[in-house]
This record gives sequence, structure tokens and C-alpha cells, in this order.
Amino acid sequence: MSELNTPAAAAVQVNMANLRGGIEYASQWTLMWLRFKKHKVALVSMYIVLALYMTAVFSEFLAPFDPEIALRAEGEYKAKAYHPPQGIHLFDTTHGIRFSPYVEVLKEKVDPETLRKLYVSDADRKIPLSFFAHGFSYKFLGLVKTDIHLFGPQKKGDVFYLFGSDRNGRDMFSRVIYGGRFTLSLGLIGVMMSVVFGIFLGGISGYYGGKIDWVVQRLVEFIISLPTIPIWLAMAAALPKNWPPQYRYMAVTLIISLIGWTQLARVVRGRLMSMRGEVFVVAAHLDGCSEWRVIFRHMLPSLASHIIAAVTLSIPLMIVAETSLSFLGLGLQPPAISWGVLLTEAQNIRSIAVAPWLFIPGGAVVIAVLALNFMGDGLRDAADPYSH
Amino acid sequence: MVDNVNTSSSDIILDVRNLKTYFGTGEKAVRAVDDVSFQMQRGKTLCIVGESGSGKTVAARSILQIVDPPGRIMGGQLLYNAGGEAGNATVDLAKLHPRGKEIRDIRGHDIAMIFQEPMTSLSPIHTIGNQICEAILLHQNVDKAEARARAIELLRRVEIPNPGVAIDKYTFEYSGGMRQRAMIAMALACNPKILIADEPTTALDVTTQAEILALIKELQISYGMAVLFITHDMGVVAEIADEIGVMLNGKLLEFGPAEQIFYSSQNEYTGRLIDSVRKLETSARRARKSTVSDRKLLEVRGVSKIYPGRKTFLGSSKASAPFKALDNVSIDLYEGENLGIVGESGSGKTTLGNCLIRVLSLTDGEVLYRMGDGQIVDLAKSNKHDLRAVHREVRMVFQDPFASLNPRMTIGQIVGEPLLVNGVAKGIELRNRVADLLATVGMPPAAMERYPHAFSGGQRQRIGIARALALNPRLIIADEATSALDVTLRSQILDLLLDLQDKLNLSFILISHDIGVIRYFCDRVAVMYKGQIVETGLADKICGAPEHPYTKALISAVPGTHPRDKRIVNRHRYTLDPAGGKAA
Repeated sequence: MSELNTPAAAAVQVNMANLRGGIEYASQWTLMWLRFKKHKVALVSMYIVLALYMTAVFSEFLAPFDPEIALRAEGEYKAKAYHPPQGIHLFDTTHGIRFSPYVEVLKEKVDPETLRKLYVSDADRKIPLSFFAHGFSYKFLGLVKTDIHLFGPQKKGDVFYLFGSDRNGRDMFSRVIYGGRFTLSLGLIGVMMSVVFGIFLGGISGYYGGKIDWVVQRLVEFIISLPTIPIWLAMAAALPKNWPPQYRYMAVTLIISLIGWTQLARVVRGRLMSMRGEVFVVAAHLDGCSEWRVIFRHMLPSLASHIIAAVTLSIPLMIVAETSLSFLGLGLQPPAISWGVLLTEAQNIRSIAVAPWLFIPGGAVVIAVLALNFMGDGLRDAADPYSH
Repeated sequence: MVDNVNTSSSDIILDVRNLKTYFGTGEKAVRAVDDVSFQMQRGKTLCIVGESGSGKTVAARSILQIVDPPGRIMGGQLLYNAGGEAGNATVDLAKLHPRGKEIRDIRGHDIAMIFQEPMTSLSPIHTIGNQICEAILLHQNVDKAEARARAIELLRRVEIPNPGVAIDKYTFEYSGGMRQRAMIAMALACNPKILIADEPTTALDVTTQAEILALIKELQISYGMAVLFITHDMGVVAEIADEIGVMLNGKLLEFGPAEQIFYSSQNEYTGRLIDSVRKLETSARRARKSTVSDRKLLEVRGVSKIYPGRKTFLGSSKASAPFKALDNVSIDLYEGENLGIVGESGSGKTTLGNCLIRVLSLTDGEVLYRMGDGQIVDLAKSNKHDLRAVHREVRMVFQDPFASLNPRMTIGQIVGEPLLVNGVAKGIELRNRVADLLATVGMPPAAMERYPHAFSGGQRQRIGIARALALNPRLIIADEATSALDVTLRSQILDLLLDLQDKLNLSFILISHDIGVIRYFCDRVAVMYKGQIVETGLADKICGAPEHPYTKALISAVPGTHPRDKRIVNRHRYTLDPAGGKAA
């Protein structure tokens, strides 16, 4: 509370600790991080989300096989369809215990009574695995051409199925990893678009008020009143069938984010409206700031933490939206791989009965959505200074 | 010895001994009330005075054990002697359980409390009558009809006009002064022995404050209550106190009869507190050499601001009438002059300030401003480009030093913003300019890297002034620039502004409700009432010998600083229309 009347020359030597009255001050981001760290579930979820996005970035390196190619082991004439998952044995016990990961080869057999294909263990044959094995070639991060993968069969040409194989004998593990890349990035990009729409429209609506506000708010209400799934379906169905996957990807993202921006626009509008009357905003005007600068330099930074929390909470909505659309066959189309596309394989009861592992992409969706939701909750609580 | 104790205990209704109320425990506990002792005499008024954070409110709340957790009474005695027919039984309030029956019987019944903000302490969803009746029914054995009759009688006692009708109204239908009266009626419902009033007039206008103070004084005499009055305003203390306690940082510095404290105080802090109020009874402008020239800087001609009434949904009839915030206001400002605009809340003084700088647009009239290059601009009609040029010369200092600085920007960014966006300076040159500006207002350059929350109210107001000075302005409009500050800081900020005026060739328009601040700072004063200027004149004349009856009422309602004056009892009253006026 001490008033500083010292002249400028002497004031240079004022000890900052005295100025603070012996109290430490933290920036709002530090405070937010400290509060977030207390929320253990959110913290764990954050690490899961980070891990998921890392797999999306490094899919080629992490996937042992090319997800689009039906795997055929050397000497076999066709790919193994609906091959069950194989567990990895970390230690070889045949000649004493030593670390040497392998999988047991399963042999295809036909049940004489039901004529169903069965895979039975063939304990004699093992496929040894190793880290940094050579596999299919790709460009690491799109730059360096290489064929080294995190793990894979020691001998190039051997195959194994960690998550089983699908109808065409393709490796589900690699496909789930590649699917995450599409689904997760689509969630992120869709949210980015939502944020741009939401902040822009919510911003002008809240800042200018009056007629502009009226028009934007009626538009928001109109969009919210539309039943989401039929609209998505109609729009997705209108996409030309012969578009290449990347066009389709962008179009689907746009369609999904078209709905997502409305909530954010309302949040931003409400906040800006209440902030418009704040004295520091009037002061910024009188300082000669342009309206653009008042909105983006003076008002929006106060909302940053809320926007981040809102964004984190809307990514899962995007992910679920993409999955549902693709599941119904109207989102991304094969050969593009997303979790939704993978789940189309699990549409009929027969495949579930024969190959329950086709549901693994669904599990991935659940984990991603839950983790993002918990993390978003934690962020929202941390961003709210009055949450205690 | 025994006799001595008996006679003194019948005079003393509440004996507070070594009261300690801490927030938290252990080493880090905040000692809000630290070893405070005082006595309250039956039928007398004790004023506890101190600046914000001195612990005066916590001390009062400790008596009723309604301190918000984690605050707790850690030690001391609160000896309450009801006296009268109950015998001389003395209860130690500190020993009672905070939620027990005994203390609940005392709260509201023996000791009643009224608060600073009547809007938040009255329920908005019940009628005033219901709330008063509840207080009566809780503590007294009467039926509902009887309680209602008593409530009407109480409202009549606190001078609420037409109490039979007013009893069925809701809180929001009452004005601020009437709400505080209703609060007092509620507190009086059970004829309390002690009335604790926690800053009951701080949120009120000065004329309403005078009414309430007079009412409390009058009721105290007729009910024979002891009053514990918490306030930060030495003027209010001078008007009503019989005894005074001065608090600072949780300690009671001084305790004694009012005249002793005011005229022969030994304590240095008390002296400073009284001086800072008395200082505002003089004019600092007359003491300095006059800077007023005869060139007009600003000419305000017939300015009106009308807020249109709202239309109903179908747009046919009006749901509310248009509101005239400013009605044909005309006034001149000369170069180098300090013009004061004084008035109560709702008088339109802030609207006028905002219209002059065109934060609000005008409905009618013109504001002629003579620019530095001699060109005359009508602010009422000028376009964005011209306004930007004017805003470089006319700057504003705001009331609330907490709200007017962007919490997400450093001090350097805040003060440098006008320089940056007007393209005056950037980079290292900007930093140097900001450091210079901070030095001008007595802040260290190290403050630049810090965010506003690291500074106290007075320091923030200095930062606000530095921002206003950044573009070398010619006119500064200060809207209640000192009213959020403690009284000792007030004159410091005003002195700073006057020093700057001597150096920088500035003119000021000071908008305030505080006559003391206006008298200290201004050459000329305009008095506003209901959107109109009722009187304009030299500061000495307006504050000393006003002509208009409203000004007379306003000036006479200002509390003095001499306990013997009792100005409030002899004040003028002014009502514009007798129908809506105050009951006698």
C-alpha cells in the first residue's frame, strides 16, 4: 500500500521485492496451470491426448505395416482374412529366459463340422520381433525417406497382427493408427474453423450490438434449431462421389464445423457485450485505438483462457460427428482411413460374431473423446477464477 | 471497589476486552483485529474510524459472531450487560456458540446491525413489510396482524412517506435512502439495546446521508440505544460521535471522547486523518499562482442528452418514457482553468463528462473546442478522424483505478498504448517516454514490466494519470478521479494534478460528488441537479455563500470536521416537487 513518491533517479534502485510487499505474483497462465495440475484426472487425460496426437503425427513410424495393403506372408498364396489378434511374448523361454519378443504363428484350419475357418496355435513356429525393424518405406515427417519402424518382424516379409486383421487381411493395428491421424486432425481443423467463425461472428455481434447482433443471433438460433444429423447427411450426400479423398476430407470438416461455431459465437458475444462497457475499453478508445485493435488487442486476450477451454470441449464433438458420418458411409470414403471408416466394417452382426476386434477403433474413439472431455473440464475449471 | 465496579457496569453496555479476530491460523494468520479493547456507554454513540483494511468491520462483526470463515475470534472478552429489569447479568458474547440459541436471541433482539449496501442486505423477492414482520415474529410473541401494525408504525418512525402503502412494496421500488431507512426500521423492530451501523451512509448521496445521520441520532435519543458506528469518513464522525476509536491495521490506536480526539489527539495517524479532511476544507488553487487565461478553451452550448423510451414489442405504444439525462447545459471553460462539476448521483454529471469527450453522442447542442492550432471544432458533429485528433488533446482520468486498467497488459503497454497507436513513438524510444511519464507521476520505471494487480489503488490512479499525460494533452477530464481512494490518498492525487498543471499548461474538468475535493481543486464550479446546471460560480462563492436553494441544501449537508458544529442538525432541506419529496 506504500505510495511511491521517490524521484525517478532514486526510484531506479527501488527493490522489486519491496514494491511487491514481499508477495510473489504469478501471471494468469501460471495460475491456470497450477489450478489445472490439481485436477489429477484432467492431467492424466492431457497426457493421453498428447500421446494420441503424437501417434497421429508419427503414424508411419509407429505402424509396422502399410495399412492399405493386404498382408501376405512369404510362401502363402492369399492374405489371411479375420485373423485374430496375436499377443506379443516378451521373453523366449525355450533356451533359458532371455529378452527376445516374438509372436506365435497361428495356422488356418477349417472346422469339419461347421466349415468355419479357425486359427489354431502352431507353437513350433515363432516370428521374432525387434525394435527399429525395416518395413515398408515412407517419408519420415514427409521429409526423410526411410523404412525404419518403431517395431516389426525381424525378417522383412514376415507378418503378425497385433489387433487382428480385417476382411481383406489388412493389419488392424496399423489401420487404427492411421485412422487416428484423419479423425484427430479433422477434429482439430474443424475446431479451428469453428473458432475462426465463432470469434469473428460472435465478436462483431457482441461488439457492435444492434442490428448486426440481431442478424447474427437469429442466424445462430436458426442453425441450432436445425436437426444436426439429417443436415449433415443431406450435405454429405450432396458431395460428388468422385472427389479425391483430400477434397472430401476438407468438405466433411467444413460441414461439421458449420454447426460447431454457434456455441462459441454465443460465448464470445456474451463476454464482449459485458466487457464493452468496461472502463478500460472506453480508455482504449480514447487512446485512439482502432475498433479492430480494441477487439483483438484489448478485449479478446481476456477471453483466451475461456476460448481454449471451449475449444477443447468441442473437439470430441467433432470426432464423434466425423465418426458417425463416416460410419453411415457419408463422411470419408475408403480408401481413406479414419476411425469412422474402420467402424463401417463392424456394421453387421456376422462380422462382430466372427471378428470382435473390428470394434477396436470404437474403443479408440471412446478413449479420445473421454480424455478430451476430462481435459476440457479441467481447463474450464482452471480458467474460471471463481470456481472455488 | 465493589461499588465502583457496579456503577461502571451499569453505564457500560458492552465492554470489549483484548478482542482478537484472526483469519487463518498459525504464523500466516491475518490479524484483522489484534488486541482491541473499548467500552460502549448506554445511550451513546461510539464511532470506529479507519481506512479500508483497518479491521473496523471485522471488529463490529465479531461482536455478533458473524465473521465470515476462516475468520475466528481467537481471544478476548465481549462482556454484554443487558441492564434494566433483567438485573446486572453480564454475558460474554465471545464464549457463546456462534450458531447457538443464546447468541441468536441476542442477535436482532438485543443487538441489531445495519449494513453498507441496503440493496444486497434486503431480499429482492419479499416485500419490505414481509421482511420487517419476519424480524418481529422471530423475536416477539405477537400475531401477524399485530406484527404488520408494528411494521407500519416503524416505517412511520423512520420517516418513510405513506407507510401503509410503502409496506407492500418491493426493495427495488425504494430509492437508496429509503432502503437504508427500511433497514433501520427492521433493525429497530425489537427495540435493540445496541445498534451496530457498518458504513450505513457510504453508498448514499450527501444530502441523503445527512437525512439518515439525523434520523439515527434522533432515534437513538428516543429509543435510548447505544450506537456503534463504523465509518471511514471523519466528517461523519464529527457529526455524530460521542466517543471515537481510531483503528489502523487491526489495532486500536486511540480511544476517547470525540472532542478530545478532534482537538487534542496525541496520535500521529489520527492527526493525519483529521488533517487530510481539514485540508479539503481549504482551497489549494488560491494558494498557487493562477494559471487562468481569458481565452476560451471549451464552449458548451445547449447540450442535451435524451435516452429514448423503449417501444413495446409491437412498436405501437411506449413502454417507458424518454429520459432527459442532460437538459440544455451550457458552460465555458477557459484555458488553464479548473472547472468543477458537482452533483449527486443521477444528476447527469458523468453523462456530461462523457458527452464532452464524445464517448456518448449528444442529442442536441454543440461543444466548441479550440484546438492547439487555433482551429475551432464542434465535437458534437465532428467525424471519426477529427475526433481522434481531439482525443490527443482532451484526455480522461477515470473513477475506478481497478477497472480502468486492462488486467492483461503490463503498465508499460498501458501507458505506451496511446503513443503507439498514434504513431508517436515505438521501440526503445517508446520505453524511454513511458519511463519519463511514470517518473512524472512518481512511479519507478521498474513498474513498467508489472501488471496492474501488483499496485495499490493510489498507484493505479497515478498510472491512469500517466496514460492521460502521454500525448501532451491540453485538457483533462477527471471523472470522480479520487472517490475510490482513501481520504489520505485523495489530497495526494489532487496535489499531483495541481503540480502537473503548473508544469504542463493543463486545464481540468473535475467531476465529483465531493464538495471538499471540488473546493480544494477548482477555480469555478457548476452545480448540477436532474440534468441541469442550477448554479455556476467561483468555487469560494459556491462553497461559502451559495444562492440557489439546492446548492444551499447540498453544501449544508456536507459533514464538517468540528464535533461542536453539528452542521447536519441545522442543515437546509430542498425538495423540487413536494409530492415526491421527503416527509418532514
